[in-house]
Amino acid sequence: MQRERRSKSILIVEDSATTKALIKAIVEEMGDFNTVEAGSGFEALKILPTQEFDLVITDINMPDINGLELISFMKNNPRYNNLPVIIVSTERSEEDIKRGMSLGAMAYITKPFKAYELQEVIKKAIVYEGI
Amino acid sequence: MKASKKEFIAEAEDLLFESQQMILEIQDTYQTALNPDTINALFRSMHTLKGLSGLFGNQDITDLSHALESLLDDIRLGRIDVTDDVVNFLFKNLDALRSAVDGVKEDKEQNLTEHINEIKSFRESMKEGAIGPDIKGLIDDSIIKVLSEYEEHRLKANIKDGKGIYLLKAILELSTFDKSLEELTKIIKSKGELISTLPMSTDIPDGSIGFNLMFASDNRLSELKDEMKGDIEVLVQSKRMMPQPQKKEEPSLKTTTTTIRVDIDKLDRILNTIGELTLAKDAVKRIGTEIAEVQRYSPFVRDVHKISRTFERRLAELQDEVLEIRMVPIGQIFSRLAQVIRRYSREIGKKIDLTLYGEDTELDKSLAEEIVDPLMHIVRNSIDHGIEPAEERKMKGKKEHGSIVLKSFQKGSHVVIEVTDDGGGIDVEKVKKKAIEKGLLEPDIELGEREIIDLIFTPGFSTKEVASKISGRGVGMDVVKEKLSTLGGYTEVYTKKDSGTTFTLTLPITLAIIKALIVRVGKEKFALPLTATSETVVIEHKDIQTIEWKNVYYIRGEMLPIISLWKIFNIETEQSDRSFAVVVGFGRRKLGLLVDEFLGQQEIVIKSLGEYLKGLSGFAGAAETGKHEVILVLDIESVIEKSLAKQVGIDSQREGISYV
Repeated sequence: MQRERRSKSILIVEDSATTKALIKAIVEEMGDFNTVEAGSGFEALKILPTQEFDLVITDINMPDINGLELISFMKNNPRYNNLPVIIVSTERSEEDIKRGMSLGAMAYITKPFKAYELQEVIKKAIVYEGI
Repeated sequence: MKASKKEFIAEAEDLLFESQQMILEIQDTYQTALNPDTINALFRSMHTLKGLSGLFGNQDITDLSHALESLLDDIRLGRIDVTDDVVNFLFKNLDALRSAVDGVKEDKEQNLTEHINEIKSFRESMKEGAIGPDIKGLIDDSIIKVLSEYEEHRLKANIKDGKGIYLLKAILELSTFDKSLEELTKIIKSKGELISTLPMSTDIPDGSIGFNLMFASDNRLSELKDEMKGDIEVLVQSKRMMPQPQKKEEPSLKTTTTTIRVDIDKLDRILNTIGELTLAKDAVKRIGTEIAEVQRYSPFVRDVHKISRTFERRLAELQDEVLEIRMVPIGQIFSRLAQVIRRYSREIGKKIDLTLYGEDTELDKSLAEEIVDPLMHIVRNSIDHGIEPAEERKMKGKKEHGSIVLKSFQKGSHVVIEVTDDGGGIDVEKVKKKAIEKGLLEPDIELGEREIIDLIFTPGFSTKEVASKISGRGVGMDVVKEKLSTLGGYTEVYTKKDSGTTFTLTLPITLAIIKALIVRVGKEKFALPLTATSETVVIEHKDIQTIEWKNVYYIRGEMLPIISLWKIFNIETEQSDRSFAVVVGFGRRKLGLLVDEFLGQQEIVIKSLGEYLKGLSGFAGAAETGKHEVILVLDIESVIEKSLAKQVGIDSQREGISYV
């Protein structure tokens, strides 16, 4: 999986600092990943063009633009439409998760989750997308 | 208390206070113009509290706030409509959260499962499923697909309201788009409600970013175009093209205050230090005076005087400033009471109009906290026993709605708080009968109306036939009176049959440092707070008369009951022809306390007597005089209390002072 020299870059979009730090820690525990954090949808929009990403992990309920709008933006933009997206949201947002999936997110996980559960989802995303 | 726990409690209390304000706003506006942002903000507060308590490991509070968060989510998504029941339910659970947070303070475990389950079933019972207008066909599918459930709900609600739905295309520079977007959002919010901010994916030049902003507004397209740059597309026509009065500018969330939160204990410590410095200042002054006696007015003496005067002034300034920091507006307390009044009156089916006056009146934070429970008790009593049921009020020709007025104002160095109801008043005959039944009053003693009414403040007195849900909590008015007394204040009641009752609580604005009169009785010294004394007189013993077993002295033609401090405390004293009397109390509670000598005025710092002597009544605490001497500070209110009680034949049940 790690044949390429460049380590994989993951963009984490999440407005809660605690959850963001938690996801970052879980991802970094998996090995050679480079994580970039965005505290809002706007921030993500600014960061996206600045470097190549291999995976985006995003929350849905955020101030300014929400995760669905971010996913829609990426999926409709030829530059990002192959970039896999994982939704991390609360189970209460079941309806929103469904919408996110139909917009083209590849997987979702509901809060609260265990570290290994998120790692499973990330592994699947990586294998599936061949990144 | 551990620092982290303190932090948790302080932050949780802040969140609960904010939440309360928001629920009050919802209550006031839900029938007319409920702002969806308020529900959303309340939802976020609960979310924050959930996170906070999770972080500090308070599982029960986490679960309860989580349940409430879900309920609020249902409300903000329009799955549950806001009704009276919903508002009351929110208040009820806010209370549950508050007592759970209080429980943390006292390290008490609380079982909140019942509340959590109740919220669950409440949600089920209230949910009807929001059936809004069908938006498919009205709005392009590619837009609907991207909306979150909340945004979709807001879209439907706005269409239902007859608002126009517009789509504004904005192409912005990538590097500064958030700032430009913020400005644009501000304009949109002044015209209506922003529903969704959707970044565009195609046809955007490099270095730019495009947004589709969907918003609802009552304004015409032409009016909107004047204000906003960019293409605006009409998605749904507004049904009311009425020009609307300009909405107020959305208040900025950015905080402009420069305040910090400080633990009241820290301010207490500063005050204590100031108190000790005051003693040091007095010592310097005394030394100056003593030297002056020997050296007369040498430059050295002048210097000492000058320094001690500067010392005195600066210290007074410092003290005033610290005391001012501790001041809070009584409105904080009133809004808590308002909540109780609104909720309880509804619970027992009495309609009550609440009026507040003087919410800006300030008093010491610790006093404000201490006064909440007594006020709460009085207010509950008014709702429960004061205000008559609607039918009875109609028969009496009164307004169907009862009225409660909370009023506060400053009077000299005191703060007065009045609770007035327009209820039935206190029934004098009933009070008298009850007092005799309870053995608090000898049947053959004749008392004036006022004195009878004052019996409600006697321990063990209660006119309730049946303990009601609200005021039947085993606390009587005696507890209110005692509390006020320990705070250095007093309680009064004015009542008129069928017109209502006013309870007046008077208490000093600040605690801590007070001016006191130091007196001597035999070999003992006592301090009497100056705020409680009105004058001092010299009394020849031959002028003291005895009327109905009471010692009295005529001062300016007025009768003044006299009590000797040496009798109260059983102190041996020299025989003489005359004594000094300190006149304490006001109005008909006036009393002359006989002492042997006045030793002068002094500022003192009252310190508590500590655990062992805590139950002792008659003393407000102890104070240092600056000559390495500790003296007792009299609690004038309880001394008056005991003396008057003795005279009207009420047998006080409390231990402490014995009267000889």
